[in-house]
Amino acid sequence: MARWQGQLTKIDDYRWEIPQNYKTGMRVPGLIYANKEMLESMREEQTLEQVANVAFLPGIVGHSFAMPDIHWGYGFPIGGVAAMDVKDGVISPGGVGYDINCGVRLLRTSLSEAEVRPRINELINALFRNVPSGLGSEGKIKVSQKEMNQLMVEGARWAVKRGLGSEEDLNVTEEGGCLSGADPGKISDKAVKRGMPQAGTLGSGNHFLEVQVVKEIFDPHIASIMGIDKVGQILVLIHTGSRGFGHQVCTDHLRVMEGAVSKYGIRLPDRQLACAPVKSPEGQDYLAAMACAANYAWVNRQCIAHWTRESFSKVFGKSTEALGMKQIYDVAHNIAKIEEHIIDERKLKVCVHRKGATRAFPADHKDTPTCYKEIGQPVLVPGDMGRCSFVAVGTGRAMAETFGSTCHGAGRMLSRGAARRSVKGQDVLQELESRGITIKTGNFPSLAEEASQAYKDVTDVIDVVHHAGISRKVAMAIPMGVIKG
Amino acid sequence: MNKTFEVIDHTADVGIIAYGADIEELFSNAALALFSLITELESIENIFHLDLEVSSQDMDSLLIEWLNELIYLVDVKHILFNRFDIKSLTHNGLQATCYGEDFDAMKHTIKVGIKAATYHMLKLDKSDDGFKAQVILDI
Repeated sequence: MARWQGQLTKIDDYRWEIPQNYKTGMRVPGLIYANKEMLESMREEQTLEQVANVAFLPGIVGHSFAMPDIHWGYGFPIGGVAAMDVKDGVISPGGVGYDINCGVRLLRTSLSEAEVRPRINELINALFRNVPSGLGSEGKIKVSQKEMNQLMVEGARWAVKRGLGSEEDLNVTEEGGCLSGADPGKISDKAVKRGMPQAGTLGSGNHFLEVQVVKEIFDPHIASIMGIDKVGQILVLIHTGSRGFGHQVCTDHLRVMEGAVSKYGIRLPDRQLACAPVKSPEGQDYLAAMACAANYAWVNRQCIAHWTRESFSKVFGKSTEALGMKQIYDVAHNIAKIEEHIIDERKLKVCVHRKGATRAFPADHKDTPTCYKEIGQPVLVPGDMGRCSFVAVGTGRAMAETFGSTCHGAGRMLSRGAARRSVKGQDVLQELESRGITIKTGNFPSLAEEASQAYKDVTDVIDVVHHAGISRKVAMAIPMGVIKG
Repeated sequence: MNKTFEVIDHTADVGIIAYGADIEELFSNAALALFSLITELESIENIFHLDLEVSSQDMDSLLIEWLNELIYLVDVKHILFNRFDIKSLTHNGLQATCYGEDFDAMKHTIKVGIKAATYHMLKLDKSDDGFKAQVILDI
């Protein structure tokens, strides 16, 4: 792979610009959040070329953004943010990704490390039995075609209505766990068939369920409002998305977009950037289908959170209330949203694509939940299974600069093949166990693919967004037990 | 032409390069490459066959549609194939008979779940030696 030779202009220690004149056809400059060392590794792939390519898309405003966890994706980089003016801009399924509304949900408990550590094996086994995971895993909730149509429209509420969670969970879920505008009429029969058996499953690949211990609190006041009170407190992080359903929705609509590109005469530097005007029938159909998949993913995380609480309750012989198992927040990190932002001192309706990027709205924003109005929307940033994860909050600077967006995780560095060649699944297991991390998986080769060495260090990623001011870091937690799909 | 296919690395995912003396062989080898990533090809027996029809607007997207159709069958019907007879192939459609069997956990080890064939870095070329295609798969 050729090294990327493009020119970058330093703005400050954490911001670098790809000038608009780097390539003819760019409508805005690129803006990369990174430190100097990260930039060097970004240059090893064509990631930054993708940032420049996204700047070609009609209606793009501000910048084509790259978060510090950026890596090479399809068309759009993973870790990319782009906002298009709804009036004359486009929507691109590639700017959302295949796993629509892949995201993370964080639960807190009132348990301490001392209480959980002696029973971690029992707990992880209970979670492994109770939460369907792994390749081709099928759910324990049976969803009929009619119910599938309901859940696509209702989102997480569909699960809450069935006793899987509470109204309180919905209040601390992005969009209340339901993206409006979902229309099951825009979903293919194939997508429905892929989605029905997989509802309420963790899946495989980089998806996981992690029992964590709070290791460091950077901002005690903000942390306490989230119910994170002390070092040693146990948290649970759930990372999954819309499974085969989202993939089929993306595949189906990419095909439609292929036609739209020529129909609307859109000039693209990469076929995988296929898109259509937001206001066109093709664009509206994709938005309606994407909302169905986003809602499916929220149902998924809602069900898994419920079974997680059930498992804790069973192992510790206490009710979930007695265990203090409240939800802190749930964020999407693969999604496109129609939002209002202020650009050049005027209000503009834009379609914000966040692909491997998290919404990071500030305190007092109308979409920040009431309980977090004082501190800003929680941002959940998982690391790889051997290191740590962070909790942060959105800021006014993110709102002004990145359409209220920030990073989403560690970001892959080694290909899955390279990871498998450099380390064996069994060795990864042993190494983690020697450090007090219990792992349960049905798939050892995939464990090697998810080894720490394959990822950037999430600590570097969070430091960049913190110092750049587009998020404020609040707490850090390390894994104690992990279920890998 | 001896080469059938090879597997290549991609940061977040995995890719295949398929070869063929003619376009039919190329499509058949691309499908073989896909199933070689999912499981051991030798572990699949030809118990039954399925006739498939796929249509598209050009040859590049036909290859993607073909692989996506097979991925769909694996995901929903849990069928594994290791032999593909391409009966007819034009710029916008193909008919094929695929031979294989139902997934059996006692018999087949699933190596990786493939979720989609993408247009990313897609290349389909004809040279003096025949045809060659590169496809990146999302996992």
